[in-house]
Amino acid sequence: MPQYAALIYAADVDWSRPEFADVTKEYGAFGEAAAAVIRGGAALYPTGTATTVRVRGGKGGDVVTTDGPYAETKEALTGFYLLECADLDEAVKWAAQLPGAWDGAIEVRPVIDFGSQAG
Amino acid sequence: MTDQPARAALVRLVRDEGRRVLATLVRQLGDLPLAEDAVQDATLRALETWPRDGVPEQPRAWLTLTARRRAIDLLRREAVRPGKEALAVVPEDPPPPEVVRDDLLRLIFVCCHPALAHETQVALALRTLCGLSVAEVGQALLVPEETMAKRLTRARQKIAKAAIPYRVPDAHELPDRLRGVLATVYLLFTEGYDPVGEVRPTLVDEAVRLTRLLQELMPGEPSVLGLLALELLTDSRREARRDAAGLPVLLADQDRSRWRKELIEEGVRLVGEGLRRSPGRPDPYVVQAAIAACHALAPTWADTDWSAVVSWYDVLVEVEDTPVVRLNRAAALAERDGPAAGLEAVDAVAGLERYPLRHAARAELLDRLGDRVAARAAYDAALALPQDPAQAAQLRRRRDRTAGPMP
Repeated sequence: MPQYAALIYAADVDWSRPEFADVTKEYGAFGEAAAAVIRGGAALYPTGTATTVRVRGGKGGDVVTTDGPYAETKEALTGFYLLECADLDEAVKWAAQLPGAWDGAIEVRPVIDFGSQAG
Repeated sequence: MTDQPARAALVRLVRDEGRRVLATLVRQLGDLPLAEDAVQDATLRALETWPRDGVPEQPRAWLTLTARRRAIDLLRREAVRPGKEALAVVPEDPPPPEVVRDDLLRLIFVCCHPALAHETQVALALRTLCGLSVAEVGQALLVPEETMAKRLTRARQKIAKAAIPYRVPDAHELPDRLRGVLATVYLLFTEGYDPVGEVRPTLVDEAVRLTRLLQELMPGEPSVLGLLALELLTDSRREARRDAAGLPVLLADQDRSRWRKELIEEGVRLVGEGLRRSPGRPDPYVVQAAIAACHALAPTWADTDWSAVVSWYDVLVEVEDTPVVRLNRAAALAERDGPAAGLEAVDAVAGLERYPLRHAARAELLDRLGDRVAARAAYDAALALPQDPAQAAQLRRRRDRTAGPMP
């Protein structure tokens, strides 16, 4: 069965703070409802905590770190789930139940299965 | 078989049967690109050999067998799956008609899946459902062949990698998904029959053919009946909608003797059936077709039953309320109740300040009210907005007609 990453783009805030407890509760409910298809996932601290790493000159070159996210966008990547579904329709159905979809957006991307790639 | 009509009929037969064979092969192989390559090869062979050897007694069986062999060859070459396995998967004979029907519907819902961009859906519909070659799709949509090939490859990859399902949507999601399919087919139609741009008959004809196919697959579905009626009634005016110079002719000024009677008759009959099948809340396509039928049945512009037209627009506002629908209703109201009432209705429509035809409608009504200065200003406002050159040329002509001496 194909797997999908459901990337949650929402307000760039610290979702662990108590004022977002009701949203956290909604995610908890999603976790229970979708338990059969969830294969992994994580919630992320806001982009203010991000560090972007590049190696100048390619492999073995100088490590350059910059403060902040790789791309500045209005809505930030705030977390993701890994979902195993029969097809895209099922993945979309679950993505629509993520609280992030209600005031942000969920990008659903199929996951490469290197194990089954032949030749 | 060298004459043009016979050749065209053969191409038609090969394409119609080809898409049925394709629909089944996609299900059997679970692989759209592979099935398309195999069917493309089979249809090319048919076009080569049938004119010489005659059309086989069972064209679909011939195409099925040829496509199947080709698919097995391609699989062997890939060496991913052994050809023997594919032999077991793909039966030699075409399945019974009801299975083909379901396969075709599945294919239509894949090509018009909402996860694909509208322009991609249109391209896939032409390539996969109508059987046009990549070059023909490019020509029809005015996109270079190379760009079109890339777009189609991307689309097929997305269908495969994201696992867009090959199935007819469940009953509870079917109305929504069918609306999406019809919107795509209608987009194909309007793309070919833009009221101001070039008429591209291929697109118009393919859209009508796809709608007829949908009607065959989902008999009695009001929205399909309505869309087919709307397309036929619109297309009945094809010959009359341009003047000798190629400029668009307004409905009011068209030579109605050049409208195609047989398309009007069929369209009107379909409107009746569509209304019978959606009596409580008529389908928006059926209502639009009913308005088109009012025009199609009127002997002249002046003799149009404007009360009926306005009433249908009232229904349309109920089932599909958009600013453009309200603008068209205002234009019909002007014919029924006079230019002053029409102008008031046009000015009451919000949200069309950047829509040239809204200013053109105001200009026309102001002119009829005798206010040429305001009419010219309104035409200028319309012409200041970005639009199709043919439409702009027509608006300039109308503006210049208001330039005569003040009464």
